[in-house]
Amino acid sequence: MTTTSIAPLTGTQRVLAVRTESWREHVDALGPAPRLSSDELIRLVDSAGLTGRGGAGFPTARKIAAVAASRRTPVVVGNAMEGEFLSHKDRTLLDQAPHLVLDGLDILGRALGSRRLILATGERIDSTRVRRAAAERPGRLVDVRDLGGGFIGGQESALVSQLNGRAAVPQDPHTPVYVRGIDGRPTLVANAETLAQLALLARFGPDWFRSQGTPDDPGTFLISVSGLTPPSVLEVPRGIRLREVLLQAGVPLERVGAVLLGGYHGTWLRPGTGDVRLCEEDLSPYGASTGAGILHVLSVDSCGLRVSAEIATYLAAQAAGQCGPCVNGMPRMADTLTRLAVPGSDPRLVAEVDRLRGLVIGRGACAHPDGTARFVASTMLVFARHVEAHLRGECHETSVD
Amino acid sequence: MRRLLIDRTRCDGHGSCAELLPELLDLDEWGFPISLTGERDPAVPRSLAAHGERAVRACPLMALRIG
Repeated sequence: MTTTSIAPLTGTQRVLAVRTESWREHVDALGPAPRLSSDELIRLVDSAGLTGRGGAGFPTARKIAAVAASRRTPVVVGNAMEGEFLSHKDRTLLDQAPHLVLDGLDILGRALGSRRLILATGERIDSTRVRRAAAERPGRLVDVRDLGGGFIGGQESALVSQLNGRAAVPQDPHTPVYVRGIDGRPTLVANAETLAQLALLARFGPDWFRSQGTPDDPGTFLISVSGLTPPSVLEVPRGIRLREVLLQAGVPLERVGAVLLGGYHGTWLRPGTGDVRLCEEDLSPYGASTGAGILHVLSVDSCGLRVSAEIATYLAAQAAGQCGPCVNGMPRMADTLTRLAVPGSDPRLVAEVDRLRGLVIGRGACAHPDGTARFVASTMLVFARHVEAHLRGECHETSVD
Repeated sequence: MRRLLIDRTRCDGHGSCAELLPELLDLDEWGFPISLTGERDPAVPRSLAAHGERAVRACPLMALRIG
């Protein structure tokens, strides 16, 4: 790839506009990553309003400040685990602009005085290109590590646990990784896209960053779109209307039955919600968020209950197996939903799904049971009429997709 | 207010905590503690401080602490 123009950075294409494979190409196009002190960096990121793009949407400035306040030197970890089955953005970024992600690590590492910079790549990612990129850069070498762990492998404390040579299982949240992480050091874990966004923000400043998105939810974000269209990764401004994303991705709107926003821990939205803007302000009334930037489209011909039951079953199987309420409750919840997905099911199953949902929420070390319970709640809400149809023994599904 | 912190990664459902602190904890159908206060980590009122300490000591997996 030879595109070195930075002109597209004036539009909505930012991190995806950078397609620089070699270090030389990258520096020619964008210049070197600026050196900032931790105070300068925290101020910059805070005034830009950058939030984590890995799913939780936590303000990045606060995350940096948490480790900067420590007396011990922090470790910085780039998270490209991409455990979310429907997400393709980490892979896309590491393929198209590996140096941009590495720049982000570099900026954080220098500001925090870190001696260890790690980039963790998940099992669906080929790290060849980013390894080559890391090797040709001057300065501190980024340690690229190929890891496993499935859906929860990218969960912050499970990732740290794996990097510490243990199993990829979440740790007790009462001791967060920003206090005790890699080798007991305070650890900052940042998603690959967050690092790429930071690399551009550090070069072009907060006003530039805020020139896209909404005042409360600024910038652009990557969104992996799938279903009714070949899977693609788009970069769009925060606050873009849902319908606009579907159109950009080439989804035939008349064929949309529902959309799942935010991935398998996400929320179903009805087709009538096309006007909703993908920003915190508009999504919170639906209890929804863009999560790690995932939009999956369900065809009008498909049964939302069947698809949801399959997802819940997958999620139950992806549990780390540590916490009792999750180990016992999640398979039961998935099984109950699966039985409900068969037309002519027992009406008592509806209340049973609700009861089991209540039993897993807030009772795991990580958010896996909570995220799954939220997904199941939205299934029961958005497909409520279809649940009634199933209880009458009816289902419109004509073909299995 | 001090809270009863449950390390869910350690808890194995022995259930002694709920026996010693029935005001704050119940057990689910599998024997794992449920907070009765609506909080993830139930606040321990001063009147229950001694019982709380006993529950912490009684847990065979050291999955409880007060902090």
